[in-house]
Amino acid sequence: MTTAAFGEPIARLEDPRLLTGQGRFLDDIGHQALAAAFVRSPHAHARIVDIDVSAAVDVEGLVAVYTHEDLDGRVGEPLPLLIPHAALTHGRTAYALAKDEVNHVGEPIVMVVATDRYVAEDVCDRIVVTYDFLPPVVGIEAARSAELLVHDDVPGNVSAHLVQSRGDVEAALAGAPHVLELDLDIERSASTPLEGKGVHARWDADDASLRVYTSTQASTSVRAALAARLELPLDRVEVIAPDVGGGFGVKIVHPWPEEVVVPWAAIRLGREVKWTEDRREHFVGATHERGQLQHVEVGFDDDGRLLGLDVTVWHDNGAYTPYGIIVPIVTTTQLLGPYKPEAYRAEFFSLYTNTVTVTPYRGAGRPQGCFAMERTMDAVAAYLGLDRTVVRERNFIRPDEMPYDHGLIFQDGRPLIYDSGDYPATLEKLKKLVGWDEFEAFRAEARAAGRRVGIGIACYVEGTGVGPYEGGWVKVETDGTVVAATGLTTQGQGHKTAFAQVVASELGVPVERVQVTTGDTRRFGYAVGTFASRAAVMSGNALASAARKVRDKALRIAGEALEADPRDLEIVDGVVRVVGSPPSAPGSSIPLATVAVLANPLRYAFDREAERATQFGGPVDYSKPPVAEGDSPGLEDTGYYSPPRSTFANGMHAAIVETDPDTAEITILRYCVVHDCGRLINPRIVEGQIHGGVAQGVGGALYERMVYDDAGQLLNASFMDFLMPYATEVPVVETDHLETPSPLNPLGIKGAGEAGVIPGSAVLASAISDAEGFAITRMPISPSDLFSLRLAQESR
Amino acid sequence: MSEAMFEVTLLVNGVPRSATVPARRLLSDFLRHDLELTGTHVGCEHGVCGACTVLVDGRPIRSCLQFAVTVDGAEVTTVEGCTRPDGELGHVQQAFRDCHGLQCGFCTPGFVTTITAYLEENPTPTQEQAREAIAGNLCRCTGYQNIVASVLRAAELRAEETQR
Ligand code: FES
Ligand code: FES
Repeated sequence: MTTAAFGEPIARLEDPRLLTGQGRFLDDIGHQALAAAFVRSPHAHARIVDIDVSAAVDVEGLVAVYTHEDLDGRVGEPLPLLIPHAALTHGRTAYALAKDEVNHVGEPIVMVVATDRYVAEDVCDRIVVTYDFLPPVVGIEAARSAELLVHDDVPGNVSAHLVQSRGDVEAALAGAPHVLELDLDIERSASTPLEGKGVHARWDADDASLRVYTSTQASTSVRAALAARLELPLDRVEVIAPDVGGGFGVKIVHPWPEEVVVPWAAIRLGREVKWTEDRREHFVGATHERGQLQHVEVGFDDDGRLLGLDVTVWHDNGAYTPYGIIVPIVTTTQLLGPYKPEAYRAEFFSLYTNTVTVTPYRGAGRPQGCFAMERTMDAVAAYLGLDRTVVRERNFIRPDEMPYDHGLIFQDGRPLIYDSGDYPATLEKLKKLVGWDEFEAFRAEARAAGRRVGIGIACYVEGTGVGPYEGGWVKVETDGTVVAATGLTTQGQGHKTAFAQVVASELGVPVERVQVTTGDTRRFGYAVGTFASRAAVMSGNALASAARKVRDKALRIAGEALEADPRDLEIVDGVVRVVGSPPSAPGSSIPLATVAVLANPLRYAFDREAERATQFGGPVDYSKPPVAEGDSPGLEDTGYYSPPRSTFANGMHAAIVETDPDTAEITILRYCVVHDCGRLINPRIVEGQIHGGVAQGVGGALYERMVYDDAGQLLNASFMDFLMPYATEVPVVETDHLETPSPLNPLGIKGAGEAGVIPGSAVLASAISDAEGFAITRMPISPSDLFSLRLAQESR
Repeated sequence: MSEAMFEVTLLVNGVPRSATVPARRLLSDFLRHDLELTGTHVGCEHGVCGACTVLVDGRPIRSCLQFAVTVDGAEVTTVEGCTRPDGELGHVQQAFRDCHGLQCGFCTPGFVTTITAYLEENPTPTQEQAREAIAGNLCRCTGYQNIVASVLRAAELRAEETQR
């Protein structure tokens, strides 16, 4: 029986392993490895005067202590800047181990290798680093004022300054009947996967090869980075992402300092070395995101149509810029959402601060852009006394305007052109789902009972599936098992299932037969990585292409064996047969397994499949070679997918909140999502992605913030103090969806990974503003923030 | 100076297991690295996330907050021990699969053990109680909705099993 594949909400193939404790996460590997631990800077900004290890050297179990001075060759150079950009005039990256200066609390200075982690940390405690303190730059305002500098040679603390525009915004604003200005503020949060980072390295001296396991979103790229830094031939380095306990963006950054020095030490010591990040290290030594100040000037007509939109963003990039300026680029391009202001101008300043570096966290700048745009929409509606959905609707790009060219350059360096989407239909669905038109009755009822409620809405468009490419490899084994591999990595998205569904559908085999490997450079060497909601679009289409090639080859070989025209053949349930013929009619079918045997003219046969294949061995043409020119043995092939540009998913969220009139406690009563990510491979997995995204959106809106003091200390660097939502804080998510297939790829799919998180702060700010009667401009918002805002409103 | 070592013996998932460890070895590390039972995960090491939850004499505890020596002689159940006797998925595990209650699976062992213990105390939770039951565990992937559903589904499966 064939399990229905593409589009079915089947249970995941990876679950049994993970549910029984058989998963292999980074720290589950290498029990015999030496352990690394790091001495990290306790200061936000300081010069290193001296590192004294004398008290540490006699700790039993110590193997090695390394500082920057020990890092030879390219290992001692600054870490690479992954995505350069012409506007990033002052990019700066850290050293793997700090050299002379530290720029944030948590920056690694000394690496200790010992027999186990307990001992390694004992050693770290005994190492004395002497510092010359420098005044730290903390917060965007301090960075912008530039009274103090993070890097002496970066004037104004500005790493990058970029302006993009379409039309004449100044003229549009000058001529607009109405103009409003908004100042907005979003604070830092972070990906915070439940599993931190980690690296395990094993050097095989006999084979002169290095095998590295790392909890990453980009194993092929880590491999390239390591080969370059360690000055090894690429084919002597293999990098594997084992089971990864969540990524959400932070693990796309590479190579991390630890990713370089752990393998380096393993080679030097000729021993396995492992480092597992602990929770505090993750808070201060990984990366954060979101922190921005924004100024919006909007001009509009009496109907609320946007004539001119001028946005300035001050983006906190933290201490370094290893991942370039993707986040503010995304903010300023994706800000537009489903709307088409007649003229648009976006300018950003990316600023250094003496805090943890900023790189993409799920949404990657979109939540901030969505916040700016949607706060603006609400402001326009409030000013004109119009319904908030009406103002939005009037500014929507209409389905018949697709593809829609914004006249801007997107994060992939390609034109920002929306491929498809039906925004009015999405809005209609959302209004129905949440009961938008019935809300006033509910509000009146609640008010009569002394309750305060509000409703909010936020819309987004998300560029997904950015290039340049991904590849896939599919092979039918001689026992009928189908093995497939793609180079990008998995951190919980269920790729083993979704990709198996794609391959099974293309090939005509039961989905349980398909075994997918991801993120293992031994299996597939070309890949970009898992980020920007691109995995399903990119590797889905690549694997589909590989599977189609395998299918064609199978039909050709089966055609020869069955003496049939391949065009008359189909593959059903792992059997090639003449179209429409009854199962197992003699001479009209051949199992795919047997075709796989025939595809490989072996000299020796070891299994029963090979014996079975002999019955199909027709007369041999001795004038031809056994493997025809241009052909290759085996039933396998490789396919790639490289899109002309990104495909744009979209969605709209609505929330109903209640705010306590006395305590200012904020409760989400309902949370509704309508999304359109094109064709769905597995609706259940997509729904799970939405749920998880919404939870992070709610966290970012109401609970999570990185609290730095003036000295640059992160005050809440633990799960006790950083309020990641538990089950009791996350609302039930009600969902509905549209399927507008992407015209850009054969499967018609768009990405879904980030969708849930994008409008979180925007929709909750909208709902709270509606409940309170004044505009919320800073997120996240806690009950005490709301309480202070109420007091400020009263004293106006 | 070398550390004093202690032999610790536990009955883990019904099997006696021992190792010689220093007094400061956390139970989580003891299970993971000394016994190489890596199903128990460590997400914070300060008692907040619940990923390291195991059952000690039937009660859920955070193994990152206990020293192995302090539970010497105890009966411990880890996620590896939450399967059926024939090795198939146990009722809580099956429920997670049925309801898509896991994504990356890192938090999952702590939920499985927590829910297993919870259903012993309250075999027929309401929706609200199901949410309360898991309110001490962090998950960054799922948004909890499907984990709540998994609790209810596990209760169903458990009832079917005990009726049999
Ligand atoms: S690891 Fe024990 S509670 Fe988080
Ligand atoms: S499934 Fe990833 S943390 Fe829960």
